[in-house]
Amino acid sequence: MSARPAPVAGAAAPTRERPSTRPARGTVLLVCLAVALVAAALVSAVSGQTPVTPAEVLGSVLHRLGLDVGPLPAHPQGDNTLWVARFPRITLGILVGAALGCAGALMQGVFSNPLAEPGVIGISSGAAVGACTVIVLPAAGGVLSGSLAVAAAAFVGGLVTTLVVYALARANGRTEVVTLVLTGVAINAFTSGVLAFLVFIASPSAREQIVFWQLGSLNGATWRSVSIVAPMVVAGLVAAMLLRRRLDLLSLGERAARHLGVDVERLRQVVILVVALLTSAGVAFTGIIAFVGLVVPHVVRMVAGPGHRFLIPGSALGGALVLVVADLVARTAITHAELPLGMLTSLVGGPFFFWLLRRTRTSQGGWA
Amino acid sequence: MSSVAASFLETVRLRPRRPLLPGRLPVGAVLAEVRDARLSLGGAPILDRANLAVRAGEVRALVGPNGAGKSTLLGVLTGDRKPSSGQVSVHGAPLGSWSATDLAQRRAVLTQDVAVSFPFTVREVVEMGRSPWRATSLEDDDDAIVAESLEATDVAHLSSRTFTTLSGGERARAALARVLAQRTQLLLLDEPTAALDLRHQELVLSLARSHARAGGAVVVVVHDIGLAAAYADQVTVLAGGRVVGDGPPAEVLTPDLLSEVYEHPVEVLEHPRGGAPIILPRR
Repeated sequence: MSARPAPVAGAAAPTRERPSTRPARGTVLLVCLAVALVAAALVSAVSGQTPVTPAEVLGSVLHRLGLDVGPLPAHPQGDNTLWVARFPRITLGILVGAALGCAGALMQGVFSNPLAEPGVIGISSGAAVGACTVIVLPAAGGVLSGSLAVAAAAFVGGLVTTLVVYALARANGRTEVVTLVLTGVAINAFTSGVLAFLVFIASPSAREQIVFWQLGSLNGATWRSVSIVAPMVVAGLVAAMLLRRRLDLLSLGERAARHLGVDVERLRQVVILVVALLTSAGVAFTGIIAFVGLVVPHVVRMVAGPGHRFLIPGSALGGALVLVVADLVARTAITHAELPLGMLTSLVGGPFFFWLLRRTRTSQGGWA
Repeated sequence: MSSVAASFLETVRLRPRRPLLPGRLPVGAVLAEVRDARLSLGGAPILDRANLAVRAGEVRALVGPNGAGKSTLLGVLTGDRKPSSGQVSVHGAPLGSWSATDLAQRRAVLTQDVAVSFPFTVREVVEMGRSPWRATSLEDDDDAIVAESLEATDVAHLSSRTFTTLSGGERARAALARVLAQRTQLLLLDEPTAALDLRHQELVLSLARSHARAGGAVVVVVHDIGLAAAYADQVTVLAGGRVVGDGPPAEVLTPDLLSEVYEHPVEVLEHPRGGAPIILPRR
């Protein structure tokens, strides 16, 4: 790829981070995340009430691909459990996690602010309002999973909220921490009012679904919901990767980015579209799963630096890993019961957000 | 909707189109110009029929008291500020007719605010200065040019430090390195010396001068009139949004004009060796 000069041994103090180590660390991180993701998916596939071994999982997948290699699940319900319940669930978890992680990284890039996250600033709940509106309609008949209308409404809700946050939270080309967080508070307060109203007018069956869905869960995953979410996530990730260099330049500030040849106005519009697409893909069938987009990009930045070349794929892989693991915990921690996924990520992410807030405050010398 | 789709495709295109590389204009040609710019903020006039032209081969200093409109006039030239009337042109064509990339290949801008939002290293920040030349034949020289720019502004030893951990003066020099790495014929620098010590002030202005001697051009906003007198080929003096002096330092920086502009008596002496002007406030 790029021809970087090889580092000269002993040229810099050993405590300093060499610039040339960052790409290496980024690549190692991506490989580690990918391996961990495959391992986590495998563990998740064999965990649950119906016993299946890892070899049987592999055999089952290979048989479906037309290769008669490896053992098929011995349990009579084994194959069925894998292909009807566990695989769509794991796949949806990977897609939603990748969408949320990547959306967080994009938000932070376009707001030039490490605290921007779709959940924190209310975009997720905006998308939730859109999705809920469709769910409570009598025509929906309480069918939550796999409805294209739900996904479309979530996208519209997410897009409108992103535009509102963008318009309200920016001043002089930068977003101040306090404005951004307060905008999020205001938007979350408003959307929770709308959601409460929607729950109020909903039929009893729709009501129960909404309440559980709001807490975030991969429980309703089907191949149909996977087939709706997958193209949204793939399109969003591809667009994000193509924007990576321009997002790097945006961290110099809008004026400097423009003087380096970035059409800042258009870049922002495109990023907003992509964020709304990814967030609504992450919310439509799984509810609000907060903080994934905050924690994951932050950890990736600490390991591989802030360049979007590694930040975007790292955040996508990391988000997928976090969601697969969190879902595994959610459905196996207590026998015969399932914990809400959004509850888990909030319990971990909330304190992290607090820590990040304190740190940002210290580094900026007070509330910027 | 189709225009949205078109703009989306344009923005996420796989490879940027290869622009025609800009030619360098000959020494003496006007690279950028502001004519009759007026601008007011909140009813107060900031610029009043201000003119500014910069030619290849010269260092032009913008001087004047606080609030004279120096940074605003430079902002009009860079396109950061829109004048309510007047024309801005780059290479003879209106500013608005150039794309952001075209402009970035013709002039580099150092703004006063040099913050970076994420912990990029100094080298990464300077490498960003090469981005207008991506997918052009000049991309191959990136590493050499980045190293040279780091060296020229005396920040090579900081190259693996995080930009956000640098002191004010170090940031200013690292940001200047990024601007130099852009390798444009025209440099527009807004107070590059404000945070610098004496040695680095001299370093930055001699960089500006050698850039001009090599056929480039520099517009630099400075507060220190002594620096302007020593290094600039042309000086533009601003007061109250108006250009009140324009020409070589020896002709423009007179005791009368400076005393009037700064509302404080100013003396201009000749240096005993070489006769360079020394500008002192009367104390």
